[in-house]
Amino acid sequence: MDHRPQAWGRPRDDVYGAYDASYLQANGPNQHTQSPIVTGTSVVAMKFKDGVVMAADNLASYGSLARFTDVKRIRTFADTSIIGFGGDVSDMQYLDRHLTELGIDEAYQSEAGHTLNARNLHKYLSNLLYNRRSKFDPLWNHLLVAGLDEESRPFLAAADLLGTTFTSPSLATGFGGMLAQPIMRRYVPDEAAVAGVSRDQAVEVIRECMKVLFYRDARSLDSYSLAIVTKDGVELRENEKLEQQSWAFADRIKGYGTQTV
Amino acid sequence: MTSIGTGYDLANSIFSPDGRNFQVEYAVKAVENGGTSIGIRCKDGVVLAVEKVITSKLLKPGANKRIATIDKHLGVVYSGMVPDGHHFVDRARDEARAWRETFKTPISTSDLSSRMGGYLQAYTLYQSVRPFGITAIIGGFDSELEAPVDGQVGSGPSIGAGGKVEGKHGGPGLYMIEPSGMYWGYYGAATGKGRQAAKAELEKLNLAEGTLDLKQAVKEAAKIIYIAQQDNKDKEFELEMSWISNADGPTKGRHMEVPKDLLEEAERLAKKAISEDDEEEEEGNEKMEE
Repeated sequence: MDHRPQAWGRPRDDVYGAYDASYLQANGPNQHTQSPIVTGTSVVAMKFKDGVVMAADNLASYGSLARFTDVKRIRTFADTSIIGFGGDVSDMQYLDRHLTELGIDEAYQSEAGHTLNARNLHKYLSNLLYNRRSKFDPLWNHLLVAGLDEESRPFLAAADLLGTTFTSPSLATGFGGMLAQPIMRRYVPDEAAVAGVSRDQAVEVIRECMKVLFYRDARSLDSYSLAIVTKDGVELRENEKLEQQSWAFADRIKGYGTQTV
Repeated sequence: MTSIGTGYDLANSIFSPDGRNFQVEYAVKAVENGGTSIGIRCKDGVVLAVEKVITSKLLKPGANKRIATIDKHLGVVYSGMVPDGHHFVDRARDEARAWRETFKTPISTSDLSSRMGGYLQAYTLYQSVRPFGITAIIGGFDSELEAPVDGQVGSGPSIGAGGKVEGKHGGPGLYMIEPSGMYWGYYGAATGKGRQAAKAELEKLNLAEGTLDLKQAVKEAAKIIYIAQQDNKDKEFELEMSWISNADGPTKGRHMEVPKDLLEEAERLAKKAISEDDEEEEEGNEKMEE
């Protein structure tokens, strides 16, 4: 009988034949996350003359199932910047904890207060995302970062799971890129137009976008978070409801579902 | 200390026959030479203050901070050997970070004090190390609100079983850790060169009654540092102060430097109070002479 530790707990060779050790080794390459599991849909944001407005609904979907209905997807950083998360919710939690730690580390240099503005934060996050995609282990998120830049002008930029960055007076992730961007671009087609948009106007446009998204995006919800960031700080409302919905247009939609015509 | 020089003061790990660890007692001596630091726990927050002795005119005013932030809601000040203090702060930050990583929630003031107390005590046990030459004062404000877990995304089910303990929790905390690793919770704590005078002043504030508010405490703290400094007036010093309020207060539960205008006002009042005391003393002396 074999008394070596390597044989402990395994079927006896003399009774069952040689042990197939190949089962002990992982075959093939290391498998990291190749797809998100619990996901959030669009984040939309647009600049106005004094700051930025951002919104994201409070839904986390499990595939097509509306699984969690009170998930807050807009996070603040240092009371001066906001981050909207689309994509995987557990990766968002990871990033949120990471940012909490970053915020504490920043506060160690208390003399100057917080040193990271929204532009710095966006750069940091996009580098982090790029680093992770380069390890073939991406964080499955599409982020919008908003706040003020080093000259206290409104700042808005996006970073995706590959580390790709983009900036524009209005931005949207996910389905919002198709449905909300055209609406927002009517008001802020370019940087010059931003100065002509008031806070109330911007909030109104964002609310309209959220309504359109709820009408047409099957992974969306009518309860959402709305954040406004200006030089006075961040105003975050996490339990907004879509008002004055009208589904009259739904009759005219044809071509899929149970309809035959 | 009649037993000094009898060979029992050469190492940490050896007791003297009458049951003392001399290395620890010498570490306390190192603390007693350091600039005075104090902490005040009042009803709505904590104030930390330190007399930072200026060792050279070539040092930039306001630089080289002596009060350190450990976590959002925690601050530390210490008297004694500054490099030992830096190491203490580094370790405390690591503890706070590790706590968050494990429990996804901020470390409480008492838990941090317990961890750091244990850390300092370990430095009294072995030949290969010496005790810390500092006494540290830890101030913090544990949130009284229903705080979300770090990274939490939703609020969970609104009905069903829950493990929450009802009733009041959180609040201000103030602890002082000595080189032996011993720590107590305090209403008012003082250490360093001017600790005797500072403790006498702290006792006058009746902190246990919980009537003093944070703004008053800032002014009292400045005054106490100035009074404690009276015995060695020739040394120049800077006053450094930080504070932590509750979530509704001026710092929103965070550990922060006291804003410049308030610090200046507190210093002005402190100087005024001291010069008034001096005048009274002089008058008293004159009367005696008469």
